[in-house]
Amino acid sequence: MTVRVEHIVKHFGRSSEAAAVADVSFEAQPKAITTLLGPSGSGKSTLLRLIAGLETPDSGRVFIEGQEVTALSPQHRNVGFVFQSYALFRHMTVAENIAFGMKIRRLPKEQVNKRVAELLALVQLPEYGSRFPAQLSGGQRQRVALARALAIEPKVLLLDEPFGALDTQVRLELREWLISLHEQTGITTILVTHDQEEALELSQHVVLLNKGKVAQAGSPHDLYDHPADEFVASFLGGANVIKSHVSDGEAKVGTQSVRAPVGAQEGTPVQAFVRPHNMRVRRPNGDNPVDLGKIERLTRVGGYVKVYVSLPSGESVVVLMSKGDLEALHVEPGDAVAVDVVDAKVFVQSYSI
Amino acid sequence: MSGIVTQRAKSAQRRDTQVGESAFVRVLLIAIALGFLGIFLVAPIATIFSAAFSKGVEPYWTALTQDDTVSAIWLTLLTAGISVPLNVVFGVAAAWLISKYDFWGKSVLVTVVDLPFSVSPVISGLIFVLLFGARGWFGPFLSEHDVKIIFAVPGIVMATTFVTFPLVARELIAVMQAQGSDEEEAALTLGASGLQILLRITLPKVRWGLLYGVILCNARAMGEFGAVSVVSGHIRGLTNTLPLQVEILYNEYNFVGAFAVSSLLCALALVTLCVKKVAEWSVSSRQAKRDASARALAVPASTAVNLEGMLP
Repeated sequence: MTVRVEHIVKHFGRSSEAAAVADVSFEAQPKAITTLLGPSGSGKSTLLRLIAGLETPDSGRVFIEGQEVTALSPQHRNVGFVFQSYALFRHMTVAENIAFGMKIRRLPKEQVNKRVAELLALVQLPEYGSRFPAQLSGGQRQRVALARALAIEPKVLLLDEPFGALDTQVRLELREWLISLHEQTGITTILVTHDQEEALELSQHVVLLNKGKVAQAGSPHDLYDHPADEFVASFLGGANVIKSHVSDGEAKVGTQSVRAPVGAQEGTPVQAFVRPHNMRVRRPNGDNPVDLGKIERLTRVGGYVKVYVSLPSGESVVVLMSKGDLEALHVEPGDAVAVDVVDAKVFVQSYSI
Repeated sequence: MSGIVTQRAKSAQRRDTQVGESAFVRVLLIAIALGFLGIFLVAPIATIFSAAFSKGVEPYWTALTQDDTVSAIWLTLLTAGISVPLNVVFGVAAAWLISKYDFWGKSVLVTVVDLPFSVSPVISGLIFVLLFGARGWFGPFLSEHDVKIIFAVPGIVMATTFVTFPLVARELIAVMQAQGSDEEEAALTLGASGLQILLRITLPKVRWGLLYGVILCNARAMGEFGAVSVVSGHIRGLTNTLPLQVEILYNEYNFVGAFAVSSLLCALALVTLCVKKVAEWSVSSRQAKRDASARALAVPASTAVNLEGMLP
């Protein structure tokens, strides 16, 4: 039950323009949720449509369960596709919507009715079978679209920004619900999203796309803890960017020195990416005053405090500390503090940014 | 801040007083609208019916049951009966093509669909004379095989079909483009074939637009004068449609006859409007029924939730 794409290329419009998908290869993990993550315009939705057959690649191949389906029409691919707009049939009731794929397959009527009832129960809308899509809320439509896609017992479930059009509260609920639904069905799922939090929380495997190419693929932890480049580091989880340069094989970040990337020459400009929770502020203790930063602002977020510190280099960074730790320091805005870095990723600065 | 508030309050007040003061203006506007309607719509229709019945019901009935008029009625029904279904097929195909696919020359096709509207109906008729007339391109071939198109029923049907072509297509293109093709794509991933998608998704989706297009197309097909006049040849009892019959009767100073036939066309227009209104009304009442049934369904569900919440 795997999906594999090999060297997919897809252009829209004139071929001189940049490709929407430029030579992408990846494999979705069987029975897991794989996320195609990326900013808008990264080609993630196009890639999903290519897997479903709704777009034809210029070159490259698509495999579902080991069979090549590149030339197969979407009609025969047996994939469940959930559209961002839900695309429910507006002139049919919820039950008719769910039954559509089974009626096309000419399943016996009793079997169809039984399965519709099961699916309505599965998506927690048992009393809504005779309603029309226009009478449902966004979250309910989303679940009907999922039930309709699941009704054909697809080999793979493809979700295009499934929670994009919903408000935060509903989105969080549906996210939880989707995880439990996936546990029940165990169906191989590929999900497109631009929300890194959604990707980290929902999926076992993340394919991060940028400008039509795979920036990095791996488990959410891999991408978060070991970003391959500065795009991955800045896109995932949010990070402070601190400019520095290599001296003696090290780069100075805050009050500390971090090992420079292998092969970086003396004096090379570098960028350090530091997660807000991987930094600490403390009272100065014999540090060189030149290295000290100044607290600009303190913002309380639940049990944590966001400490905005301006560094001597002029950069402003956010440090996330627990409320208790910070209170023990007795610091206030305007105080000079030392900034320690627990963990940082240093990249040779690219001038593309 | 307070300045803004008072200003707003003032402007709101001014709007109110303006509305209050405008009673005279309102009456004037309504009078203009009614006067205009009276002169340009009600009076002509009233004239038609009063002239038709000016000598009583019997002459009216005699005029309508005259052989030539009866055959004109049949010819008109036949023409509409052929050209409307043809245009439904053409219109659905063209609208489907234009709204669902991107291809080279699409904008040219969209323009060409509107061509019959932008060309004078006389020219539309003349095109067919030039093509199929005795001295037309296909003229020699047709006369050799003894096929008559111009000054015969096929020519009338062709000219009518040509003139009314945009009505269904335009209506459908607008509806289909507004609705997008997400639902069609969804049906495709669910395993539906092209024909199944057309019959089960697209046509049900656009059915009211289609009905409206058909109604307009039918009205125009029965009422078309210019193009049909050129190709018909005005052969009494054979190639005269209702509008042509009106002209002939009028030119012969048979006013009762002319207005009697006109009253038929007029009645057709009124029936068309009624059908359209009924179609719209049935849509809204069906929607209301759906809403009501949904509300009825929702009540037990919400009570159940409330009861659950109240349980200790």
